[in-house]
Amino acid sequence: MAHPYMPSSAEKDKATMIAATGIVDIEELFEQIPPDHYAKRPINLPPGLRSEVAVHRHLTDLLRKNRSCAENLNFLGAGYWQHYVPAVCDEIAGRSEFLTSVWGTPSSDHGRNQAWFEFASQLGALVDLEFVGLPVYSWGAAAAFGLRMATRITGRSTVLVAGPADPERLGVIRTYCAGEDGEDAISVSVIPVDPATGRADVHAISQQLSPDVAAVYVETPNYLGQIETGLAELARLARANGSETVVGVDPISLGVLVPPARLGADIVVGTTQPLGIHLNAGGGVGGFIATRDEERYASQYPTLQVSICDTLTPGERAFGMTLFHQSSYGSREQGNDWTGNSVYLWTVVNAVYMALLGPAGFRELGDTILAGSHYAAEKLSRIPGVTVLWPDGFFKEFVLRFDDGYSVADINAALLAKNIFGGKDLTADFPELGNSALYCVTEMHAAADIDTLAAALTEVLA
Amino acid sequence: MIKEFHAARWSEPLIMEMGGPGRRGFVPPEPIADPGRDLVPDGLRRSIAPDLPEVSEPEVLRHYLHLSQQVMGMVGISLFGTCTMKYNPRVSQQLARQDFLAQIHPHQDDATVQGLLEIVHRFDLMLREMSGMDRFIFQPGGGAAAAHTHAMVTRSYFAARGELGTRREIVTSAQAHPCNPATAAAAGFEVITVPLGDDGLPSLDALRSVVSERTAALMINNPDDMGLYNPQIKQWVDAVHEVGGLCFYDHANFNGVMGRIRARELGFDACMFMLHKTFGVAKGGGGPAVGAYGCSAELEPHLPGPLVDLDDGVYRRRENPGGVGRVREYLGNLTEVVKAYAWLVAMGSDGVREAADISVLANNYMETRLMAIPGVSKSYPGMTKHRMEMTRYSLGDYTAETGLTAADVQNRMTDFGVDAFWMSHEPWIIPEPFTPEAGEAWSVEELDYWIDVLAHVLDEGRRDPELVRTAPHHQVVAKIDGSSLDDPNRWATTWAAYRRKNNLGSDGA
Amino acid sequence: MTTSSSAQGSRPGARVAGGARIGIVLNPIAGMGGRMALHGTDGAALAAARAAGAVPVAAERMRHALDELAVLEPELAVLVAGAPMGADLVPPGWHATVVHQPRQPTTANDTRQTAREFVAAGVDLVLFGGGDGTARDIAEVLAGRVPMLGVPCGVKMHSGVFATGPRSAAHVTARFLSSPGRRRPVDVLDTTSDGVGRMATALVPDLGEGVQHGKSSASSGSDVAALGRWLAGRMQPGRQYILGPGTSVAHVSAALGVPSSLLGVDVVRDGTLIAADVSEAALLALLADGGPSTLILGVVGGQGFLLGRGNQQLSPAVLRRIGPDNIEIIASADKVAALDPPVLQVDVDDVELAKDLCGFRKVWTGPRRSLVMRVVA
Repeated sequence: MAHPYMPSSAEKDKATMIAATGIVDIEELFEQIPPDHYAKRPINLPPGLRSEVAVHRHLTDLLRKNRSCAENLNFLGAGYWQHYVPAVCDEIAGRSEFLTSVWGTPSSDHGRNQAWFEFASQLGALVDLEFVGLPVYSWGAAAAFGLRMATRITGRSTVLVAGPADPERLGVIRTYCAGEDGEDAISVSVIPVDPATGRADVHAISQQLSPDVAAVYVETPNYLGQIETGLAELARLARANGSETVVGVDPISLGVLVPPARLGADIVVGTTQPLGIHLNAGGGVGGFIATRDEERYASQYPTLQVSICDTLTPGERAFGMTLFHQSSYGSREQGNDWTGNSVYLWTVVNAVYMALLGPAGFRELGDTILAGSHYAAEKLSRIPGVTVLWPDGFFKEFVLRFDDGYSVADINAALLAKNIFGGKDLTADFPELGNSALYCVTEMHAAADIDTLAAALTEVLA
Repeated sequence: MIKEFHAARWSEPLIMEMGGPGRRGFVPPEPIADPGRDLVPDGLRRSIAPDLPEVSEPEVLRHYLHLSQQVMGMVGISLFGTCTMKYNPRVSQQLARQDFLAQIHPHQDDATVQGLLEIVHRFDLMLREMSGMDRFIFQPGGGAAAAHTHAMVTRSYFAARGELGTRREIVTSAQAHPCNPATAAAAGFEVITVPLGDDGLPSLDALRSVVSERTAALMINNPDDMGLYNPQIKQWVDAVHEVGGLCFYDHANFNGVMGRIRARELGFDACMFMLHKTFGVAKGGGGPAVGAYGCSAELEPHLPGPLVDLDDGVYRRRENPGGVGRVREYLGNLTEVVKAYAWLVAMGSDGVREAADISVLANNYMETRLMAIPGVSKSYPGMTKHRMEMTRYSLGDYTAETGLTAADVQNRMTDFGVDAFWMSHEPWIIPEPFTPEAGEAWSVEELDYWIDVLAHVLDEGRRDPELVRTAPHHQVVAKIDGSSLDDPNRWATTWAAYRRKNNLGSDGA
Repeated sequence: MTTSSSAQGSRPGARVAGGARIGIVLNPIAGMGGRMALHGTDGAALAAARAAGAVPVAAERMRHALDELAVLEPELAVLVAGAPMGADLVPPGWHATVVHQPRQPTTANDTRQTAREFVAAGVDLVLFGGGDGTARDIAEVLAGRVPMLGVPCGVKMHSGVFATGPRSAAHVTARFLSSPGRRRPVDVLDTTSDGVGRMATALVPDLGEGVQHGKSSASSGSDVAALGRWLAGRMQPGRQYILGPGTSVAHVSAALGVPSSLLGVDVVRDGTLIAADVSEAALLALLADGGPSTLILGVVGGQGFLLGRGNQQLSPAVLRRIGPDNIEIIASADKVAALDPPVLQVDVDDVELAKDLCGFRKVWTGPRRSLVMRVVA
């Protein structure tokens, strides 16, 4: 029986091609493969399910074993957040043209290239910078690439990462900076978070600013949710030291927060996931890199960039790749990184999301998130046995410390039994914070959800 | 029979040029409570609103629908070589949008994602069966990221043995994908590229002349982009193993050999499959993608975490201490892993084998017809054995005859609903190259149409070279003038930069 | 300046793009040997080509380039050689001043004389049609002072002065006219019928290609500059480094901040130039006193010569003293990719030494990046 995915699996079509090719048996076509290269035994997978009904049933049976943030109450965030995805985003993400495009010509890819340009333009408006690359694999990758850019710009080889650092992202940064004992290694030095404030320890960082420091990396709002108040001071100190300031930012905060570039950031990176991308079990990550439109920075991008340009028709506008030659191998010392498949379908969706929100949408969303998260923190702080470590100055995440008695793991297990996904357990990664968890509140949470959590926690801790 | 075609042409403005003050496309929920004070720390509240468009929801929808119509994608015919243009089953697109996948947070407790972890584990086992490797991970976000993963695993492996200081070199071939040398270099290795011999295959002698106790790894693909299968690939692996190096099989061109060979049995220590190529996952214009990286038990301790294991009927994530750490956040693009799994379940052993058969048959069918077209020649014509799933051709003779290049021909082909062919990676060994890959998802009529369009365009170029040189004419926009792209005074990656460099006001006027 | 009867001076309204001026010259017999598998049309080869019925193709390609340029620059004032070396191909709308009128049949002397007139007139770019021989003739006259760009019309077109085709020549020219400051040096080499390689250095417009590529593309120029810095950074204290001729190796000098004699051999140690443009005798003396040495060698032009072309001061005696294992070869990836056949050649009068130099060798194409190439004698 023919397979629905393969037109020429119909016998007649195969016969047509076999005859035209002048062979008798398809096996003749594999004559280049020496006999001793063949698999020692046949590939043993179950027979194919040619009926879509069967495939659908099989996948649904498996996936139904999952419990999702839709039918449970979720307070997990930690650098990856549950935001609302407008329906128009999904509609556009599902368009077959965007879904299946690969690498046509600037004419046949025009619509997609325009969407990419609109992504870069709108993201640039959010971060208040004029040069924006197409996204890379993830925020961690963007931060790492930003730091590698800084090492090439400065010719220095140490980067300082301001704590609190997300272990996931830090792992990626360390990997991209390629270890300690090879040639051209970039030394990554993490300065622990100031446990008194939950913010970067500006004094400790300033003491590490040696002549070998290429860049300081700091995030705002940071991993523990706090808005960094020392960013301008850090950027000033870094600049005085000849170092670049690389700042990681949650773009959804930029309706209400001053863009880091206004505070002295040179290279701004961040995540694209909040901009209309579903959680996707972590498969919604994406990272952006943005700078001033100066050759000093532009020449160091590892990404692809779309630029507006002319066509042979006078007055017509189109899009092409700028600085393409530096994007792949063979361009700069230090092996100018690499590019390849990235997250470009999400890039189109990001453009849709930013267009839907507009300036008012971002501002209102920011205020709604601020209000909800602070409402939650205040409400939860009244539960006996719960302390909000830093009750002010955060955006959408805050740290709860629980009195000894129950571990965070125990608490989360008890919450899970009540269909609540408790906050990210911090005890392993930030032991200095004690028995703590990171809670996230966004526009997805109604007042009733916070009340449900408060009641559940009260019961669990009683 | 050449069909009439014209791409949609909406003369669509930029979204930044659309809308008007006060229009709304999305309204967030009201705040839960009035905080009664500014919750943003002093001096850090944004005072100047971002210069974003103000557009209503239907306008945004129609704008991006127009843009989608201005992309050909696989709504037209695309035989983009080396990328294995497959059918992307819509059933898994539909499944991926549902809450049980779309609304899963990566930090959820393992107990809440048993179905997902089961799919990851099952798919790992299926790829092990196809490759002979002992463990797969899905964290790398594409083929290049998987190559980078291998470079990092290589570092970890030799660091653990105390040999990283001397194992400084990674060897690849002139036909290996650029991501292999690029990622090896980015990981701090010296890259040695072995050239091709007169037969188009990389030279084993040249390899032997450069491997030594300094060799860390070989990174290579096979068959290559010209459709040549290296019959000495085992000797290549042996030569590298003899000096203690690791061997990585970039399986970018897996479609024609799947079901017939296993990387591990050929001696490789690690390999990579691209789920967005061979395993039916959509390209998405360049991701989200997955480079599934598999390796031997000996390399497993060096993999990035977390790994997924089945213990006592329960699926668990565990860190892999001593490994690379992370190459990307979380487990990878699991949505795409689920789609690839669904594809492989639908295909099975029989379907995979048949897909390989058809892709190689279809390529040879195309070759028979293409070689009958005047002006078309093939790379390394002395290699007379049947090519694998693609063949690299040349329009060099045609260019000499008409002055028209492969790029000109490609642009004109888009006027007939046929999207770009792949030319070649650098360096261009063959003049004016083009590399179609038929795959198994296009019908004979569609392949015939592709060939007919090429022949038609080549004829047009002989009769009216200007027509082809100035193509496309039935596309969304004309051929671009790229002269501004690398000029710092003219390039513009954002609307703000464009307006500033062209002294335009905020409305672009 | 010799002038023809055509009107002199700038016609009102004719654009002298940005004040820049271009000179145009064509070798009308270039390329005639191509289909005959003759290597160029110099000397006897031309007679052979004519006898075999070859027809001129150069004028057609040059006309193509100029017509394309006229679309981009409809009104342009140019200096030009008389027909059939250019004046006959000037598009309508341009204003041409003839600087040299050749006699039939044209010779290389006409090309050189035209180039001399261009230099005297102070042109900013010489746009020429021809092959490697034409390029070398012009490059020798221009001596690296005036940028040049070739429309490929010849049989041998390995030099880096050529655009990829007539159209790209037009586009590069148009862009150069708006930013004439962007230029870079390249090597020009031609092998004449007596087998002796002649080399010159030329300036070419340094403008990005500005065309769409596929998934990847290499940027050779910046790569070699980076390689120069990397090699300079790897130099061992106290060790003597002998730098061969050519622009690739000149990047090493540039990285060290020392002048390069470009066509000669220089010697450096500890970042300091200790001898410039040295002879064989001087090299032998330095090798006798200077301890272990490393030779950094470029690949010369399209023929892939490492030794025996343009660097005869690196004699067998010198090479033996250095030792075959102490030779580092560098070249841009582009240059190596253009080699046909893809081998490097040495031509030394010492059979034993030649054997030691042959086999597979690494060629550095970028920092930490090398290509393995076969070296033959």
